[in-house]
Amino acid sequence: MTDLSKTPAAAPAKDGAFLSVRDLKVHFSTSDGIVKATDGLSFDLERGKTLGIVGESGSGKSVSSSAIMGLHRGTNAILSGEIMLDGVDLLKVSNEEMRKRRGRDVAMIFQDPLSAMHPYYTVGNQIMEAYQVHNNVTKREARKRAIEMLDRVGIPQPDRRVDDYPHQFSGGMRQRAMIAMGLINNPSLLIADEPTTALDVTVQAQILDLLQDLQRDFDAAIIIITHDLGVVAEMADDVLVMYAGRAVEYGPGKEILTNPEMPYTWGLLSSVPDLTASTEAKLIPIRGNPPSLLNPPPGCAFEPRCDHVAKVGGDLCRTTLPALTPANSGGYHTKRCHIKNADEVYEAEILPEIAPDLVED
Amino acid sequence: MVAYIIRRVIVGLLMLVAMSFIVFALFMKNPVDPAQFSCGKNCPPERIEETRVALGYDQPLLVQWGAFAKGVVVGREYPANEKMREANPELVTECAAPCLGYSQQLQMTVNDEIKEAAPISISIAMVAVLIWVIFGVLFGVLAAVFKGTLVDRGVVGATLFLYAFPTFFVGALLINFVAIKWGLFPSPGYVPIAEGGIGQWFVQLLLPGFTLAVVYMAGYVRMTRAFVLESMSEDYIRTAKSKGVKSPKVLFKHGLRAALTPLVTMFGLDFAAVLGGAIITEQVFNYYGLGKLAVTANNNYDLPTIVGLVLLLGGLVILANIIVDILYAFIDPRVRVA
Repeated sequence: MTDLSKTPAAAPAKDGAFLSVRDLKVHFSTSDGIVKATDGLSFDLERGKTLGIVGESGSGKSVSSSAIMGLHRGTNAILSGEIMLDGVDLLKVSNEEMRKRRGRDVAMIFQDPLSAMHPYYTVGNQIMEAYQVHNNVTKREARKRAIEMLDRVGIPQPDRRVDDYPHQFSGGMRQRAMIAMGLINNPSLLIADEPTTALDVTVQAQILDLLQDLQRDFDAAIIIITHDLGVVAEMADDVLVMYAGRAVEYGPGKEILTNPEMPYTWGLLSSVPDLTASTEAKLIPIRGNPPSLLNPPPGCAFEPRCDHVAKVGGDLCRTTLPALTPANSGGYHTKRCHIKNADEVYEAEILPEIAPDLVED
Repeated sequence: MVAYIIRRVIVGLLMLVAMSFIVFALFMKNPVDPAQFSCGKNCPPERIEETRVALGYDQPLLVQWGAFAKGVVVGREYPANEKMREANPELVTECAAPCLGYSQQLQMTVNDEIKEAAPISISIAMVAVLIWVIFGVLFGVLAAVFKGTLVDRGVVGATLFLYAFPTFFVGALLINFVAIKWGLFPSPGYVPIAEGGIGQWFVQLLLPGFTLAVVYMAGYVRMTRAFVLESMSEDYIRTAKSKGVKSPKVLFKHGLRAALTPLVTMFGLDFAAVLGGAIITEQVFNYYGLGKLAVTANNNYDLPTIVGLVLLLGGLVILANIIVDILYAFIDPRVRVA
């Protein structure tokens, strides 16, 4: 299907994956120029597996997932590349075809379930709508199905709560209802855009548990977008770290979290507080701000904020965008960085700073 | 909910009481002698005094207001002075509750004046509302849907163009061209339903109705456009789209529903305001509605009529506010529960 030789930067080669995104670009043309919100993103995902996309706000996480949902259609966004879902390129299907797939094959749940639900319609009404759009059923059947789904996601007294309005639900219940809405058509791909960000910590864990539980039942592929590495550690089989619209590190979740080879990932890890860490461990924020996507740096987008430029030598970081190349740890772990011995640098410099107790004496 | 409505009605009534006192004091206690004006020009001093007593203007302000307020509740008789009524029983005018006063100039109660004028104003208002709500919302939605295109710019530009015309100019233009020169419409004149049937009543109201509607329509196009654009950029619209809902349904079921709330507020207040008479439109088309009545009363310094009209209009606005608040509860479930 996909000729990978054409896109050498898109290294991961797992042929015939259930979802296969190749060189996805989402550009917005504005009066100030072209904003490259997503610039050449590639990844694969199998059914029953979870991909975590991590990155700061504005790194292109949500824009990319909206592209998979086809939500950029009818806007000024310019899309290119390939989004193969079960052998069909979602960028090539007609608007009507895409609409039919939306909610049926690909579903999405959003960050803030209060604003993501219509305040004037009951929760049941909104869940029923998701079902009725794709299934020719009576209202009564749809309602029965909505109650079943609410029950499945753990809403107590679903037959009564189905007639409640979103504001009568708690934050966690609203997100459960959103998940019920997303899964009611048994989609093969569920995109969760920061599903726990707006929730209490205790509720966050419940929602993640629920998602994992449902994933087993429905055998869905899940893309979970987050800036919380804790969520990634909990959920993701694969991790994609995004920076300035590009993948900067991609690979198995465990590899990324334990042997990261890209300074931006190091920065993300250093910024996470760890409950069990010794008090000597430092919390080091990444200095500076993400670059403008209108005028990205000519070389490595992370170069202006990177503390390790000196290790590369010369002007390489400032002038040349590093390609996504296989990491030293092997497998399909790839990174976008000029530092040759990144794994050694991490062991020697970063790990002692953030997790002194992990360093073997 | 019931408690809420009762509370709103009580507050509304209290506002009316306060408003009536302020209006009454403002109009009756000013440098101009109301008796002088009620009596007319070239009125001999003893007639002025007689008028003063007949209308109760010789009493202290609070007593006058008390009599007025009592008249509103249980009705009253004119002349206000009891001795005068006993002396000339044949001159006594009955003013049933809610009595808003007696106009010496027009020799009739304010209630009767309003009873004559109100149907005309209400008719114009209804036709105008029909025109401006239908076209205002329609064009507003159209402009929002085709945002940034020629349709959008055309609609917004055209409404702005019409909006820039003063009402009296639009009215005069319509009379001159549409009615007189081209003869598309009969020359304007109010025909009650009882006389000409609903068809003629409606046709005769189209020109003044449209004239009145033009200004409001421009506002409604702009507002509807803004409200729809705002609600279409909400997160729940993205949710509806990602469910696979068809775009017309996304617009009408999800988008327009949310834009309805602010529109209803605007509509309630505007409708109350035009019910109270369209001063310029009625003047241009020579319809003797509440607006023209107000103008005439103003020119003649007919204070009781002015006080009555101001109170009527104020009452309408307060009533409209209460109705809008109750409507809110039906539109927005969050209000219903709170």
